[in-house]
Amino acid sequence: MSTTQPIREPQAAPAPGGKLLEVTGLTKHFPIKTGVVFQRQIGAVRAVDGIDFSVGAGESLGLVGESGCGKSTTGRLITRLLEPTAGSIVFDGEDITHKPAVKLRQARKNVQMIFQDPYSSLNPRHTVGTIIETPMRLNGIEPPQGLKKRAQELLETVGLNPEHYNRYPSEFSGGQRQRIGIARALALRPKLIVADEPVSALDVSIQAQVVNLLQDLQREFGIAFVFIAHDLAVVRHFSERVAVMYLGRIVEIADRETLYARPRHPYTRALLSAVPEADPDAVERRERIRLTGDVPSPIDPPSGCRFRTRCPKFAQVLSEDERTACMDQEPELTDRAGGNPVACHYPETVELS
Amino acid sequence: MTTQLQPVELGSVIAPTVAGRSPARMAWKRITRDKVTMVALVVTVLFLVVALVAPALTALTGWGPITPDGRAIDPDTGNFPRGALGGISLTHLLGVEPGTGYDLFARIVYGLRTSLFVGFASAVLSTVAGVVAGLAAGYFGGWVDSVLSRIMDVMLAFPQLLFIIALTPVIQNALQTNSHGGTDENLRLGVLVVNIAIFAWAYTARLVRGQVLSLREREFVDAARLMSAGRRHILFRQLLPNLWAPILISFALAVPQNITTEAALSYLGVGVIPPNPDWGSLLSDASQFFLQDPAYLFVPGVLLLVLVLALNLLGDGVRDALDPRAHRG
Repeated sequence: MSTTQPIREPQAAPAPGGKLLEVTGLTKHFPIKTGVVFQRQIGAVRAVDGIDFSVGAGESLGLVGESGCGKSTTGRLITRLLEPTAGSIVFDGEDITHKPAVKLRQARKNVQMIFQDPYSSLNPRHTVGTIIETPMRLNGIEPPQGLKKRAQELLETVGLNPEHYNRYPSEFSGGQRQRIGIARALALRPKLIVADEPVSALDVSIQAQVVNLLQDLQREFGIAFVFIAHDLAVVRHFSERVAVMYLGRIVEIADRETLYARPRHPYTRALLSAVPEADPDAVERRERIRLTGDVPSPIDPPSGCRFRTRCPKFAQVLSEDERTACMDQEPELTDRAGGNPVACHYPETVELS
Repeated sequence: MTTQLQPVELGSVIAPTVAGRSPARMAWKRITRDKVTMVALVVTVLFLVVALVAPALTALTGWGPITPDGRAIDPDTGNFPRGALGGISLTHLLGVEPGTGYDLFARIVYGLRTSLFVGFASAVLSTVAGVVAGLAAGYFGGWVDSVLSRIMDVMLAFPQLLFIIALTPVIQNALQTNSHGGTDENLRLGVLVVNIAIFAWAYTARLVRGQVLSLREREFVDAARLMSAGRRHILFRQLLPNLWAPILISFALAVPQNITTEAALSYLGVGVIPPNPDWGSLLSDASQFFLQDPAYLFVPGVLLLVLVLALNLLGDGVRDALDPRAHRG
C-alpha cells in the first residue's frame, strides 16, 4: 500500500495474554409474541444460544455458518446494537453487556462496524464528506489537520479519490460505497471492527479488492476484526482464527490451518467439502459431503446435539448406543482428546482428503 | 502476498467533474424539463404575485373590495348590474356584484389572498404537526406508535366538514373577546386554519410514519448509533433529510386540498364572513343569481378551478421529480 499515507502509528502490542474482546455464554432470544393489545410471549427464536469466544488485539476472528445460524446477530450483540439476553461481553477489560447507550460512548469509539449492504449503510442524502466526518463530530474529535482534511485522508486510505468529498453515495459503485463505509469505520480509530459480511453483496471481482484493503488496514493499524461471512474461502484468506456456527452455537473453533486441514466437527467437514474447487483432479479425489434436509427451526432446536438431524455421521456411522449421547446430551465446546475445541461427542480425527 | 490496491475503482476515471450533484438539484432539473409542471408553476406564481400586490392592483382600478359603486347597478332590475356579462366594463374589469355593486375584480384578488393564506397556513401547520407525529410514531414504535396511530385513524375517519361546521362557531365564541357581538374576522381566519389543519395532519403523519418505519431499519441508522448519535441526531440529521421528498409532496398536495376545503366551508357559511372577500362565499352568493347573472358565478368558479388544478399539477410534478421511479405511467 505505497499510496496510502500512514494515519497513525500502529497500535501498541497487546498486553501478553490480554484479550481485547471476551464473550462468554452470549445469548440472544427474540421473543415471539401474540395478541394485539395484551401481548404474551409464546416462544422465542434462539438466534444465539450461549456462545464463548475471544479476540486478541490485532487479531482477526472469522465467524462462518449458514444463513440464519446467528452470526450476524452475534456481530450486532458485540457492537451492542442488540441487547443480549444473557451472557457477558467484556471489551478491553470493561463489561459492556448491559451498558446503556449513554455510557457506551467510550467503548463505541473503539468498536466499529462494516455493514453488509453498501446501499443501505450510507445515508443517501449525505455527501461522502459528511458521512465520514459525522463520527468525528459526534464524538468531539478535532483532528489537528481539520475535519475535511482528515476525511479526505481517510478516503485516500481506502483507495478513493479525496476530491470526491462532495459527492453523494448514489454516484458510486457498490465496491466504492463499501470503501466509504470502511473509511467511516476507521474515522474513530477503533481497536475492533465487526465486519458483517462486508463483501457478500459485492461483485466477485470487487470482493478481492475490498478484502485486500481490509487486510492492509488490519496490518497497518493493528485493528482486530470479527469477520462474519458465509464464504469459507474469503474467511480463510482473511482470518487467523475461525469459529464455525450452527443454529446459534459455535460448533468448532480453531486456527486457520488446523480448521481447513483437519476439521473435527462433521458440520465443518460438510461446509468445507462444499467449497468450490478449481482443480478438476482435486474435485474427483474429494469426497463431497451432502447435508440433507433443512436447518431445524431455532424456535425449537433438536435435543442434545443440534446438528444430529442432519449429521451424516449420526445417520450412517454411529451405533444405536452412541447415538443416545447425541440425542440426550448437548456437546460442550471443549478440547476433546487434544486439538482444537469442538462441540461434538464423536469428533473426526483424520485429515480432510 | 501482494496487496497492491487496484486503482480501477478510483472515481477519477468515471467523471472529470468533482462537484456533487445533489438530489435537490437533480429534482429541479427534472421539473424544468416537464412542460405541464412548468405551466402549473408559472400559473401558481402568477396567482401568488396577484395576491401579493392586490392592494396595488385595486389602487390602479380605483375600486376596493368593499367600495360599492351605486352607478353600476340598476335599482329598477332589483340592483342587478347594468350592462352585459354582469357589468363587465373598463371600470369594472370583471363586473360588479349584484345587490351591493362591489367591484368583482377587487373582491376576487382579495379573495385570492384569503384562499392562499388559509391554504398555505393550514398546510404548513398540518405538515409540521404531521411530520413530528409521524417521526415519533415511526421511530419510537411501541406504545407511542400505538397511541399516535389510533389518533390518526380516528382523525382520518372523522366526517371533517360536518365537524368543522359544528366546531367553528363554538370555538369562535369561546375565543371571542370583543363585547359588541360581531365576529372578529382575523380570529375567524385563525380558527379556520387550525380547524383545517386538525383534520389534515393525519395524512402527513401516516405517510411519514410509514417512511420512517422502513428507514429506521436501514443500516445507516445502525451506523449512526455506533457513533453514539443521540435520538435528535438520528431523527433530524439521518432520517429527516430522507423524508423531504414525501413531506414536500404531501405539502404541495395539501395546499390545493385545503383551499378547496376553505372554499367549501365559506360556501356553507362557516368560513370567511361576508362582506369580507372570499371565493367560497362569492360562489355561494353567486349561486343565487345564477340564471340572471351567470358571469358572477363563472368568473370565481373558473379561477378556483384553475388555481386548484395548477397547484395539484405542480404537486404531481414535484412528486415525479423527487421520486422519479414511482408514478410513471
